[in-house]
Amino acid sequence: MAIVKTERHPEMPPPVTQTGVIGWLRQNLFSNWLSSVLTIVAIYIAWQAMSSLISYSFINANFVGATKEDCTGTGACWVFIKARFGQNMYGFYPEDERWRVNIGYVLGAVGLFLVLSDTMKSKKLPAIFLFVIYPVICFVLFSGSFGLEVVETSEWGGLFLTLVLASVSIFVALPLGIVLALGRRSEMPVVRMICVGFIELVRGVPLISVLFMASVMLPLFMPEGVHFDKLVRALVGMSLFSAAYMAEVVRGGLQAIPKGQMEAANSLGLGYWQSMGLIILPQALKISIPAIVNTFIGLFKDTTLVSIVGLLDLLSVVKAGTTDKNWLGLATEAYVFVAAMFWVFCFGMSRYSIWLENKLHTGHKR
Amino acid sequence: MSEAAMKQADSNAAIQLVGMHKWYGDFHVLRDINLTVERGERIVVCGPSGSGKSTMIRCINRLEEHQQGQIIVDGIELTNDVKKIDEIRREVGMVFQHFNLFPHLTVLENCTLAPIWVRKIPKEEAIATAMKYLERVKIPEQANKYPGQLSGGQQQRVAIARSLCMNPRIMLFDEPTSALDPEMISEVLDTMISLAEEGMTMIVVTHEMGFAKTVADRVIFMDAGEIIEQAPPEEFFDNPQSERTKLFLSQILHNA
Ligand SMILES: Nc1ncnc2c1ncn2[C@@H]1O[C@H](COP(=O)(O)OP(=O)(O)OP(=O)(O)O)[C@@H](O)[C@H]1O
Ligand SMILES: [Mg+2]
Repeated sequence: MAIVKTERHPEMPPPVTQTGVIGWLRQNLFSNWLSSVLTIVAIYIAWQAMSSLISYSFINANFVGATKEDCTGTGACWVFIKARFGQNMYGFYPEDERWRVNIGYVLGAVGLFLVLSDTMKSKKLPAIFLFVIYPVICFVLFSGSFGLEVVETSEWGGLFLTLVLASVSIFVALPLGIVLALGRRSEMPVVRMICVGFIELVRGVPLISVLFMASVMLPLFMPEGVHFDKLVRALVGMSLFSAAYMAEVVRGGLQAIPKGQMEAANSLGLGYWQSMGLIILPQALKISIPAIVNTFIGLFKDTTLVSIVGLLDLLSVVKAGTTDKNWLGLATEAYVFVAAMFWVFCFGMSRYSIWLENKLHTGHKR
Repeated sequence: MSEAAMKQADSNAAIQLVGMHKWYGDFHVLRDINLTVERGERIVVCGPSGSGKSTMIRCINRLEEHQQGQIIVDGIELTNDVKKIDEIRREVGMVFQHFNLFPHLTVLENCTLAPIWVRKIPKEEAIATAMKYLERVKIPEQANKYPGQLSGGQQQRVAIARSLCMNPRIMLFDEPTSALDPEMISEVLDTMISLAEEGMTMIVVTHEMGFAKTVADRVIFMDAGEIIEQAPPEEFFDNPQSERTKLFLSQILHNA
């Protein structure tokens, strides 16, 4: 005998299992005695750590004054950072010329915003500005020409130098890394060998030795009379080093794209570069975003290693301040400050990458 | 017959495979393939798994390279000349078993990409053409969705529309329905039947024998890298000549 259902079940709202904050708390934090104990212990530890950090850096900290004697509270002596703020930010860049750096910051911030955010419909113009015009402007502004006073790179320092190092290396490393990754998968043996050789060589040595070699050995290979700036040498070293890492990140993304994508593109008549640029790379880069940003963040922090070749990045400038005989004994403040600065930038990159991933998600939501 | 005479004889053919061989490493996957497809002809290729059906049709648009013999498509012989390969690929559309739509582009962008970048057609015109073909495959309302948001049958119809947007003269289908759920197969087959009725030159690898009976001018049976038998569908199904064909037919008809 067949059983047939004739009436359709009425539509119902989803069951309400978690009512309000209390329901959520009960279900997630205090569902049984073990989870309750763990919750309380965790809150206690977090409170201990946070409260001492907060009281050290804010509540008991000293913000006003001009000398070490003004730091009477038990917390951090931010007066130290404030008094040397100019140097921390710009190194020995002449005070009267610092507006040039600031203009660079403003233009860069505007360019970055237009390229990275969704405000512009077409990204073509902002991208041309940021990647072609802006670097030229910065070069002219920062180093000085066309009537601007020349500022030697040996005078650059502090956060300014760190940002220059990081942005130039990122700017070079991503495209170069993509080229290297494509080369490594090329069907031309010579191209492939060169790329594999470069990647494996550079990836196999510590950044410090790359920087050192770029600094000491590069001049030896150059013809007589060609002189490379110390900063340029460090930039070359950092860029090549990160490009090797980037190449492997991008290669991972490329490998994750099914073969059928290239075949479909080819069968439509798209050539190698069109298929790569329009079909394969957009997908490969999209899935590599977390790894790419990870590399960027690593690179950003690795800029501190340039102190090995005598450049005064943020960390070395702030650290140098601790040996000033008027400000002895303030190493903690120095490192906390540097850590906070780095954290702000790295956290920013991390948040941006999450936002971008969500935006580009065209996934399998049915 | 000399080579020249052969070309002369079939100068009107859409596709000619002459004494074509292919190896994967040491594995002799295609052996002495000879096949001439006239313009407007509909060919169905069948045969057991691993017999080289996909490999053969993928050689026609150079997704695979043949090592011996000749492949002449639309009067152009396939060689290593990249220009000729591109020229042939513009004229030959292909539909894959797993659709291979571009997941990061909308349905409409999937359809307009190649016309814009390869044929250099203005964007508005490409969009108009794309909408025309999306209407033909009956999914114009999905134009702004992403492939991941469509059902399998819809995706395959988009893939067909995407190929048609290049105005190909020849269409290759590699098991276009075998990744689909049964209820979606007919919507794709209907699209292909209407395409066949308009006189498109088609080579279809499929196990849909109903489709073969309705639209094919000729059915080709492949086994172990060789074309064993070719005949019009009635003859092929009712009166197969070779033992291997009989065995194959008994197996698939038994299962159907
Ligand atoms: N890239 C490759 N390298 C080596 N061998 C391959 C490759 N591609 C296919 N083959 C082999 O070539 C033979 C023919 O493969 P092909 O895909 O053409 O078969 P088919 O007739 O399309 O089978 P199916 O019905 O399963 O799709 C098979 O034995 C397969 O294992
Ligand atoms: Mg196959």
